[in-house]
Amino acid sequence: MTIRRRLIPYWLLAPGALWLLLFFVIPMGFMAQQALESGALLTGGFTFTWEWSNFPDSLSGNSEQIVRSFYYAGAATILALLISYPLAYAIAQQSGRWRLLLLFAVIAPFFTTYLIRTIAWKTILADQSPVIDVLQYVHLLPDDGRVLATSGAVIAGLTYNFLPFMILPIYASIERLDMRLIEAARDLYASSTQAFLRVTLPMTAPGIVAGVLLTFIPAFGDYVNATILGGTHQNMIGNKIQSLFLVERDYPEAAALSFLMMALILAVVVVYIRLAGTEAFMGEEGERA
Amino acid sequence: MRWLRRNALRIYAGLAVLYMLIPIVVIAVFSFAETPKDKLNFAISNGFTLEYWQHAFAIQELNDALRTSLELAALATVISTAIGTLMALALVRYDFFGRRASNLLIILPMATPEIVMGASLLSLFIFYSAPLGFTTLLIAHVMFCISFVVVVVRSRLIGFDRSLEEAARDLGATPVQTFRYVTLPLILPGVFAAALLAFALSIDDFVISNFNSGTTVTFPLYVFGVALRGIPVQVNAIATMLFMVTAVAILLVVWQQRRAERMASVKPEQEKTDVLASPARA
Repeated sequence: MTIRRRLIPYWLLAPGALWLLLFFVIPMGFMAQQALESGALLTGGFTFTWEWSNFPDSLSGNSEQIVRSFYYAGAATILALLISYPLAYAIAQQSGRWRLLLLFAVIAPFFTTYLIRTIAWKTILADQSPVIDVLQYVHLLPDDGRVLATSGAVIAGLTYNFLPFMILPIYASIERLDMRLIEAARDLYASSTQAFLRVTLPMTAPGIVAGVLLTFIPAFGDYVNATILGGTHQNMIGNKIQSLFLVERDYPEAAALSFLMMALILAVVVVYIRLAGTEAFMGEEGERA
Repeated sequence: MRWLRRNALRIYAGLAVLYMLIPIVVIAVFSFAETPKDKLNFAISNGFTLEYWQHAFAIQELNDALRTSLELAALATVISTAIGTLMALALVRYDFFGRRASNLLIILPMATPEIVMGASLLSLFIFYSAPLGFTTLLIAHVMFCISFVVVVVRSRLIGFDRSLEEAARDLGATPVQTFRYVTLPLILPGVFAAALLAFALSIDDFVISNFNSGTTVTFPLYVFGVALRGIPVQVNAIATMLFMVTAVAILLVVWQQRRAERMASVKPEQEKTDVLASPARA
């Protein structure tokens, strides 16, 4: 009986874990193997030859796209954070019905097709659109300036499309915040800025960390925004992987580049968690002192 | 001036929400715009018409793509919700060897760029020369939905008052009866929310589908395919319909969830969930 009981969680877990193993973990292994193959599709296909040079080759051939991916995804993440934090705060301050309605309004757009949404932005930022006219009128944009097919358009698209991944975790952490702590800080003569910097911000840091990761990772690998809003000169690393896999069918280089991208993301995540983690740790120490 | 200062945050929230809704408005407005070639040209100078709503299902290719997407999303939702709920139960209710590894296995797909998941699955299918099509799409969609289902259902389970189950057991209910009449009804709103999220993720997916579809065309793949030749206005009409249906569904789930919470008065007050759990509240 006890053994049977102990097996229960494994039975519950089995179907899902198996699915993820078979179709998420094992495919990574196949891609790793592909990354070490050499040859060409037309001349007898690819063979496994421990072709480690695929990795430096894919790095040197695509450094421009890699740098651009860092820049676009980084800028979009920062913009999304700046937009999301006050918004999440404002939503958390509302009560009952208003809060639900606002949350709904924030999430609802993301229940329309991602592609169609991005195409809609293409029209909004198009050369003859009213938005561009206004920007030109107030001289934020030169008279012959455009937004579409520039880095700005791609960053704007990435920011918009991954916004809920930033808003939701931050909202969750602000909503959980005990408002009495802020009152206490104010009672102890903290200015509202001090209360925000020393109480609110550290306590909502986990939400910010999660939001930043959940925004940066998909933005880094995205190629839809660069394709639709960026035209031909704003390609990101995702565009390159996509075209290597589906157009040029150079599977080894595509696989090597995919792994390279994963490694870069992982490196950023580790460094970032280190930085964010130490800060949170210091905050805890400060509490104890 | 004081009014402005006091309401600054609210005004900001209003503007931000407006910003988020702009593309939706654009999509909806242009589904009514008359255009000479029945392709979107994003000009309202030709006036408005109901034509494209009346003939929303006049394009065979588009209908087929939509049907494929709906079937795919329905199947992927059922499968991923079922196995994801079981996983969430195991992770919240039991302490067992391999729990941390399982958690990692669930988090990883959410932290992997879609393009890598799509590409690596394609590597697998190429290796086994599996024909690409509906089945490979279904495999892929269930794969990326599972993690989200687990996270949403888990957040519901963590806020769960277990004394209700103990009470049922004390009153002589068998474990199966307890699950059927106490546990399941209480977690059902969470399961619904998870299912809704899975459906939305599946019907919206472009990147992973693009890699594993073969010649099968889903709604997003169709839109991408025609984007260069000119998008039929019907696409916007159908996108608006899909939006309205999901909007109503979300509202229903939220309403149901609140009602269930009130009825059972199991408030997930201090939810000690991880932040990813937030879609459950959406």
